Amino acid sequence: MKDMGLRKRAVALLDCSLVRFVLFVAVPFLFLVFCGLHPKSYVTGLVSTVGIYIVLASSLNLINGFSGMFSMGHAAFMAIGAYISAFLTLSESVKANECPALPDWLIHTQAPFAVALVAAGAAAALVAVLVSFTIIHTKGHYLSVVTLALIVVIRALIDNNDSITRGSRGLNGIQPLSTIPAVYLVVVVTLFVLYRTIRSAYGRGLISMRDDPVAAQTLGVNLTAKKISSFAISAFFAGLGGALWAHYLTAISGANFYFEKSFDIVEISIIGGMFSLSGAVLGAIFCTVLPEFFAPLENGLHIAGFRLPTFFGLSNIIMAALLVLLIIFHRQGIMGYSEIIVESWFSKETYTALFKKSEYGKVRSALAALFRGT
Amino acid sequence: MNITYFLTILVSGLKLGSIYAIVAIGYSIVYGILRLINFAHGDIMTIGVYLILVFMNTMGLPLFVCVLLSVALSVGVGLLIERLAYRPLRDATEETTLISSLAVSALLQNVLQIIFSAQRKPFLLPKSISTPMQVGMFKLSVINIATYVVTAVFLVLLYALLKKTKIGAAMRACSENMRAARLMGVNVNRVVMFAFFIGSAMAVVAGLLLAGEYKTVYPSLGFVPGLKAFCAAVVGGIGSLGGAVTGAFVIGVAEILFQGLMPTTMTAYRDAFVFLLMVAVLLLRPNGLFGKNEGGRS
Amino acid sequence: MMLEIKDLTVKYGGITAVDGISLHVDRGEIVALVGANGAGKSTTLLAVSSLVKIASGQICFEEEDVTKLPADAIVRRGLVQVPEGRQIFTKLTVAENLLMGSYVLSDHARAQKNQAFVMELFPILKERAKQSAGTLSGGEQQMLAIGRALMSSPKMLLLDEPSLGLSPILTQQVFDVLKGLKQADVTVLLIEQNAYDALEISDRAYIMETGQITLEGRCEDLLHDERIISAYLGGDL
Repeated sequence: MKDMGLRKRAVALLDCSLVRFVLFVAVPFLFLVFCGLHPKSYVTGLVSTVGIYIVLASSLNLINGFSGMFSMGHAAFMAIGAYISAFLTLSESVKANECPALPDWLIHTQAPFAVALVAAGAAAALVAVLVSFTIIHTKGHYLSVVTLALIVVIRALIDNNDSITRGSRGLNGIQPLSTIPAVYLVVVVTLFVLYRTIRSAYGRGLISMRDDPVAAQTLGVNLTAKKISSFAISAFFAGLGGALWAHYLTAISGANFYFEKSFDIVEISIIGGMFSLSGAVLGAIFCTVLPEFFAPLENGLHIAGFRLPTFFGLSNIIMAALLVLLIIFHRQGIMGYSEIIVESWFSKETYTALFKKSEYGKVRSALAALFRGT
Repeated sequence: MNITYFLTILVSGLKLGSIYAIVAIGYSIVYGILRLINFAHGDIMTIGVYLILVFMNTMGLPLFVCVLLSVALSVGVGLLIERLAYRPLRDATEETTLISSLAVSALLQNVLQIIFSAQRKPFLLPKSISTPMQVGMFKLSVINIATYVVTAVFLVLLYALLKKTKIGAAMRACSENMRAARLMGVNVNRVVMFAFFIGSAMAVVAGLLLAGEYKTVYPSLGFVPGLKAFCAAVVGGIGSLGGAVTGAFVIGVAEILFQGLMPTTMTAYRDAFVFLLMVAVLLLRPNGLFGKNEGGRS
Repeated sequence: MMLEIKDLTVKYGGITAVDGISLHVDRGEIVALVGANGAGKSTTLLAVSSLVKIASGQICFEEEDVTKLPADAIVRRGLVQVPEGRQIFTKLTVAENLLMGSYVLSDHARAQKNQAFVMELFPILKERAKQSAGTLSGGEQQMLAIGRALMSSPKMLLLDEPSLGLSPILTQQVFDVLKGLKQADVTVLLIEQNAYDALEISDRAYIMETGQITLEGRCEDLLHDERIISAYLGGDL
């Protein structure tokens, strides 16, 4: 019983908005410091990865956190976006050789990256609409299972259409267009659009659907339209994220877009807090950088001349364990339901509210209780 | 196409169905009581196989003893998972427990990878039981025949357990109304542990049969077959023993028929086919192909 | 004293459902807990059976503090609840439902004897023993729910709205059974919305309003209390 109390006190600390704000400032700051301390070549990849995961996790939050449908299918939409964008940007000769079964017009088309990105998102959204009848008629964890089935089907399509996708050998030589400016331009656009979406009347409809579908319906919320549209919007950005990922990796195959990928995004979304876009940002940084610290352990660390055995997969274990602990003790993730947004950064109230006596008192009492407990 | 070919396909379909059935039951009894889709169930299967391998290679014990030891340890792992990752989430939503089970699954696979490496290891059963013999018009090995027998024995035992014993009645009572069962003095945690005990033990046996078929073992061995067994349980009507078993045989036979009868360009879609079948059943008959259409699960 | 509840408070989230109530039931008594919908009666019983978390307070059964015991331990001590809405196991047979009732008994002969007793009390259950319980009528299901609770030789029964959804004749039957239990030395705490009937068969009663006990007394006094008559017994009875 005593440790229950301790646990509660620790959890109470995460629920203070001051603590959340500090985390939200500190984590990106530490991330920048971390980047500053490492060689540029190493950091570039990390920063791009974080950006891509922000796009993916925040779009997943739209559906999982705000509409109340728990999708696990992001990897499938990523795959669609990735391949569409690859097909649109690969050179004509490569496509004619490697992917002879592509339609002629696509072989002859070479689009700018921006167009390819939008097309990637649109294709993913289109597929989402096409399969949306499955998520309308299922609920709860069965909806999740249906979206898992989508991953299996997309993977099978990729692996078995050798003359289009090169099957399990995968597509190589995709242009490395996911530069940091490109990725973060997409990040800003994604967060802006998603933020406007959830703060609009449409978004309030989504939230009411999540909280009480029956009541929402009696108030005139069209559940079917809301489900399809939010699924499609989420898929659009998943497609974008997939395209960015493809142009970051430059070589892709079906294996890049399987259960593990979906699971990673869900993990980020839950750890950051799936009811909040700020949570997606925080989660993406946290879950990308944290495993970096375990990397030396995975590859066999040298300690005082001894070489520890390699523990390949250790970071996955730690992240999975962390996820289980978090959903047991603080299900709503780091950010909970709160949002820390740019527009409020410039308003005085944000800061005065944070340092109100009550808030300070809350942190102090939570901290005091925590240490008394130990 | 001749009738022998068809029968051969049917026999191997039933074999696959038997393995699915043993796994699907594990999914089903846990689901029936907790409404939890335990995705780590397939990984218990893998753990069981690795343990059998370790006992065979390091101690040279007879297969039967290895299996018993492996069952004992794997059941321990199953119970530990229940205690640490599922019990604290008893009042959580079903999506939350689903994530917990996926996280546990990822964790177990990575632990296996660290211990045994990601490489496939040969898993060879003694020649005496794995060499095919001519049985009537089919070629079957001892282990193939054992698959049918073991499944049949398990089903009979489990049926007797559920219908004739007090703990069996308690399991059925819990799956219908856990709160009322608690009011009758049923220790729900003990019933849940019992369900995990049965499920894990059967998973190890299924793993043995599966790995014996593949002749190899690797960290993600059980994951996809586990998912497919779950699909089977859904197709038949998850939560009921009969449903899980029928679903398993339907999926097993359908899968082999699909592979045997479809043109070769289609056969690679075997897994996708199984999942699509499940989605179709979820949409059209939420209580399974043979379940009564009461209420609807979705 | 059989059951004693001291300063019990139960909260659901921020809402206080039961607000510091105290009550007691003596051995061999039938005590009614009467009040409108949402007064906190059912929550009180669930708290006694350890099915909801208690914010504060103490529950003693036969002088033993049972506040922190799990649900099954409370049943083992002979304090059994017949839940609201019967909650029988519809997919199990009638006999299996009774078997679940005797789950905590390790003594097989005792369980057999109890089953014979219950089937004598409710002959219809004997007739339908092999049928699945879902096929019983509402009244029969209530008999089964009470019979099931009696299977573990309880010292005390908690009944939550046993007359809910029953016709007046069946209600009368159920109440006759409760009076019979008194002869069998079973103590009863009864929740009823049907205040008049409850006061008729009980020895004492507590009136509960919005989580608090507002009145208590002997039933014959309460039946003539002006406040009770106007609030619960339909005015000019």
